[in-house]
Amino acid sequence: MSVPTRVIDDVVIKFAGDSGDGMQLTGSQFTNNTALIGNDLSTFPDFPAEIRAPQGTVPGVSGYQLHFSSNRIFTPGDSCDVLVAMNAAALKVNLKMLKKGGIIIANTDGFDTKNLRLANYPEGANPLEDGTVSGYELYKIDVTKLTREALKDIQMGVKEKDRAKNMFVLGFLYWLYNRDMQSTFSFLHDKFSSKPEILESNIKAIQAGYNFGDTIEAFTSRYKVEKAKLPAGNYRGITGNTALAYGLIAASQMSSLPLFLGTYPITPASDILHELARHKNFGIRTFQAEDEIAGISAAIGAAYGGSLGVTTTSGPGMALKTEAMGLAVMLEIPLVIVNIQRGGPSTGLPTKTEQSDLLQAYYGRNGECPMPVISTATPSDCFDVAYEAVRIAVQHMTPVILLSDGYIANGSEPWRYPQSKDLQPIEVTFKKQLAEGEEKYLPYQRDEKLVRPWAVPGTAGLEHRIGGLEKEAITGNVSYDPDNHEAMVKTREAKVDLIADYIPEQTLDSGPEQGDVLVLGWGSTYGAIKSAAAELQEQGKSVAHAHLRYLRPFPRNLGAMLQNYKHILVPEINNGQLIKIIRDKFLVDAKAYNKIKGVPITRTELVSVISELLA
Amino acid sequence: MSDTLTPASPALTAKDFATDQEVRWCPGCGDYSILKQVQTILPQTGLPRENIVIISGIGCSSRFPYYMNTYGMHSIHGRATAIASGLKATRPELSVWIVTGDGDGLSIGGNHTIHLLRRNFNVNILLFNNQIYGLTKGQYSPTSEEHKVTKSTPAGSLDHPFNPLALAMGADASFIARSMDRDPKHLQQMLLRANGHNGASLLEIYQNCNIFNDGAFEIFTEKGSKPEEALFLEHGQPLIFGADKNKGIRLDGYKPVVVNLGEGMNADDLWIHDETDFFKAQILTRLFDDPTRQGHFPRPFGVFYAADRATYENSMSLQIEEIIAKKGKGNLDSLLQGKETWVIE
Repeated sequence: MSVPTRVIDDVVIKFAGDSGDGMQLTGSQFTNNTALIGNDLSTFPDFPAEIRAPQGTVPGVSGYQLHFSSNRIFTPGDSCDVLVAMNAAALKVNLKMLKKGGIIIANTDGFDTKNLRLANYPEGANPLEDGTVSGYELYKIDVTKLTREALKDIQMGVKEKDRAKNMFVLGFLYWLYNRDMQSTFSFLHDKFSSKPEILESNIKAIQAGYNFGDTIEAFTSRYKVEKAKLPAGNYRGITGNTALAYGLIAASQMSSLPLFLGTYPITPASDILHELARHKNFGIRTFQAEDEIAGISAAIGAAYGGSLGVTTTSGPGMALKTEAMGLAVMLEIPLVIVNIQRGGPSTGLPTKTEQSDLLQAYYGRNGECPMPVISTATPSDCFDVAYEAVRIAVQHMTPVILLSDGYIANGSEPWRYPQSKDLQPIEVTFKKQLAEGEEKYLPYQRDEKLVRPWAVPGTAGLEHRIGGLEKEAITGNVSYDPDNHEAMVKTREAKVDLIADYIPEQTLDSGPEQGDVLVLGWGSTYGAIKSAAAELQEQGKSVAHAHLRYLRPFPRNLGAMLQNYKHILVPEINNGQLIKIIRDKFLVDAKAYNKIKGVPITRTELVSVISELLA
Repeated sequence: MSDTLTPASPALTAKDFATDQEVRWCPGCGDYSILKQVQTILPQTGLPRENIVIISGIGCSSRFPYYMNTYGMHSIHGRATAIASGLKATRPELSVWIVTGDGDGLSIGGNHTIHLLRRNFNVNILLFNNQIYGLTKGQYSPTSEEHKVTKSTPAGSLDHPFNPLALAMGADASFIARSMDRDPKHLQQMLLRANGHNGASLLEIYQNCNIFNDGAFEIFTEKGSKPEEALFLEHGQPLIFGADKNKGIRLDGYKPVVVNLGEGMNADDLWIHDETDFFKAQILTRLFDDPTRQGHFPRPFGVFYAADRATYENSMSLQIEEIIAKKGKGNLDSLLQGKETWVIE
């Protein structure tokens, strides 16, 4: 039968199931497909720290939220229109996210007595039957049964067949949103080229799901979301960690510095290692060290030898790298330290997002140990920020901390990817020989940026020794002289401060140049702040949004900008960190909005917080 | 980066490797001898000065780079091995030397030491073992003997010490040797052997701390006792020791026993040292008993074990070359574009 197609602007789907149900794959496949038809999109994968948490339970629920639209969008959405619930626990966790009247697609097999018990529903209660979901549009599908039926001619065990359940659901959603399924077919062909029976089962399950939509008469309409009006250009989909890896590769190519990554696996940073390890044909050396300390130390060794040294980690790993970061500051060699932040302290919430390592990045080392800090705002922004981190590191001979977070790292969005000809080459100068009239190499002689030369081993005539002991100005010899130490502390600080002359001034993301409220953000709150500001601006409210990429040093004009508003609001996914620095540097009465729940701040929350300030 | 290198420099002398920095070890420290022997052998290696990098951690021994007119880094406690790994991985053509001590390399940096050995970077580790913490003024170290009375252990230490060479064998080190500060000739030979080995070379050097642990190795180094207590290993030669060269070690099954030569026992009956024998090397490293104990074994010096094994940096370079040969050199534009794209007009 033919079902009419309705064109809609904007949809949020949440795929939720047991962590073994393949929801991340289903979500990311639907996302790729969505990207290819030209919708704007934003995603938020949300999964447990355990690889296989107890099956069927609430802690074992894995979710993938996708927001797509024919308009520009900047967040994965505060609530969803469609909830795919593969089991009772998934419904229990996510029902509060579903808009009133929203669609629930429930796998009835996941609501049997056992699953209901595992999800801690009271004896005898079934949310699909007892009115719990009466305010929603409920579609019950026995996915397990239908998948097994579709695969009945394939020789494989029931357990293996059941693994294709997620593909059935994906096929059904492709039907519901009028999609061509080719992108997923290609993906499956690539992934299972050597396992023909798995390939066949997956493809059959998808087709069965699609045909199921066509055959049953439950749905009164299918949906279509038109292409979004994004700026003209060539696009692809990208996640934050992939963009970050690409930014590093691009910077390596455009600086002609071979890339060396010294690292240790840690959630949610490991994907950068995985991505870089796949591209060794760019001459990239990835080194999975024995621990976090060896990761950064090896990167320091590589940088000392003239490579682009990079280390990647998350909060607990940053703590371990701290002493080596101090060495890099003392040696004044370029190094990029990437922290994909997660909930802390200690092991904290490994798979949940947080912005709570800013003060650690700013101050978390022994001694006076200044280091530039920059941050990413969105998944695709990770490319530009990684590139910029490298530029600052090599042109200012300093370690640089790049802060991203779990939400950005795993989130994806369309990316108007650049071409190499659009990228500004990163100029690097090695000292190759003594200058005329120079008798001896002076490793701590500085230029106008207060930057010392990079002279690497193998360069005849420039043999020298460096180390973690305080350096005598100019000669770099060990010095315990009191005046020299004070001067060197001030010089290292001034060198980092001077970077402000080589970064752009702060601009407003939106809103008036003077007014009632400036929302000042950094990192992954970008989309929520942008959307909230836009909503209030449409209502005629005097609200502006500025988003900081450069956190240390701040852009030169930031202090002046803060003077132009009655209120400064600093929303952060932490207990108030940027705000401490802002108050300290600029003596402004900024207000904080903090959320420390391991989840992003929403547009709705911000609209109400800003409105209170305006009242 | 190999284009920045120059061919072997004209004949250098030991003096060319000294710096203008005043050497600040305590007078009488064993480090002076080690410094001198390193400066002596480097000209013989033919290595250009600019291709030599000495990386140290923290401790008395770790001041070493300041006194060597080469490239050098005095880094942080325990991490010289990790820093050297990154340097060697990216600059395989450099001659990288790690100077560390029993605290730096076996305590705080023990983890990196064993991992460097198993990976087999072609570097030379000079482990200055004085069985004490000198720079922090006299606490026991992970190689101090049991019951050691120090500032931090006034009632005697409880720790069982590391046997550094057995530890290295456990980490599958490809070159293991021991020498001493008081035997310059032997030390020079061992330094040259370590340098000549293609792979990670661990050279343990017994070094006297005359301030906090004076005489720790006297029994092996002093004329009177050395012939009886020190067993010098030579490849292809029987294990013979004693002032009159009349004692030897033979293997009874896997058990080493000390025998007297003469008495129906001649050199051919003894354990013939074979540097390439992995199993015998393990037994040799276990000749490590307390020299005050009755019936103890002499302590071996020399090359215990030397084997060819792929170096990490070479495997790393080869892997990259193979991938480039297979996939072609990386193209940034195709990487950024990826497989699936769309156009917005």
